[in-house]
Amino acid sequence: MTTPGEEEPVTSDFVRSYVITGGRSLPSSEELALHTLVTLAPERTPPLGAGPEVRAIWELCAGGYLSVAEVAGHLGLPVGVARLLLTDLAEQGHLLRRAEPPRAQNVDRATLEKVLNGLQSLIG
Amino acid sequence: MDSNPSSAETAQKSIYVSSEVTNAAKILVVGHFAVGKTTFIGSLSEITPLRTEEKMTQASVHVDDLRGVADKKTTTVALDFGRLTLSDDLVLYLFGTPGQQRFMQLWEDMARGALGALLLVDPARLEETFPVIDLIERYGLEYAIAVNSFGSSSTYGEAEVREALDLLPDTPVVYCDARDQQSSAEALIALVRHLLERAA
Repeated sequence: MTTPGEEEPVTSDFVRSYVITGGRSLPSSEELALHTLVTLAPERTPPLGAGPEVRAIWELCAGGYLSVAEVAGHLGLPVGVARLLLTDLAEQGHLLRRAEPPRAQNVDRATLEKVLNGLQSLIG
Repeated sequence: MDSNPSSAETAQKSIYVSSEVTNAAKILVVGHFAVGKTTFIGSLSEITPLRTEEKMTQASVHVDDLRGVADKKTTTVALDFGRLTLSDDLVLYLFGTPGQQRFMQLWEDMARGALGALLLVDPARLEETFPVIDLIERYGLEYAIAVNSFGSSSTYGEAEVREALDLLPDTPVVYCDARDQQSSAEALIALVRHLLERAA
């Protein structure tokens, strides 16, 4: 495993990224994997002083579950920036997530079988 | 970018994952520049494939095409991905990853929690595949080879591909047309069968 900070993290244009994140360093993918599914918790109100990106995430995530990568893709944000803002919302209790996907080291056979069956149904 | 309307038939119009879905799996679709990763993902994805632009700061050491420029440079790499609902409670994400060594951070992110990797190969540019294999192995990912034949003259047989890439005997090698949904699905099936054998 790579020590955080050993390499430069994924970053946006420096200025824009700095403004959006408040200059904070980006969290590692251990917190929210690219394919972790997230949605807005019910009956929450947006944090006071939320920036345009947080408001955009709020609006998008209110509609249902999406992966972290999809949130970034739909909003035109680099993954690292989207992950930071989503991590903030999660820490504030605004975000629900599905159970973390298993790590590669202990992928269960049941998931693989399901993937296989699903793919086989495509080729009929 | 080719998108295959038939792959969207069973999907909802909504951009969201069905509310019954409780699990998400991830497979990487990797290979050198312009080998057909985005086309492959587009042939299977039920959503319009998405792209993020990742900007990275990289030291220029060991990077040929940055030779002669400043020590550090910001480069952009596109991350392409698509989604496929495979059962009532499971979605599969396909992430297209560039194979360059300098995007290590992105690779770490992609590899985390991935089931495995499908390595797309252009038989005419086999040598460009070596750095990608290095990365796959560095992250301990199981993989299968899909020779993207584009329905054209495939002059390389499986044995030649195996030998050129120095593959282990049990590493699957399949031929596919990345534009075709069925062909792409069959390549993924070969990978997942291999993963099941390795998990046994």
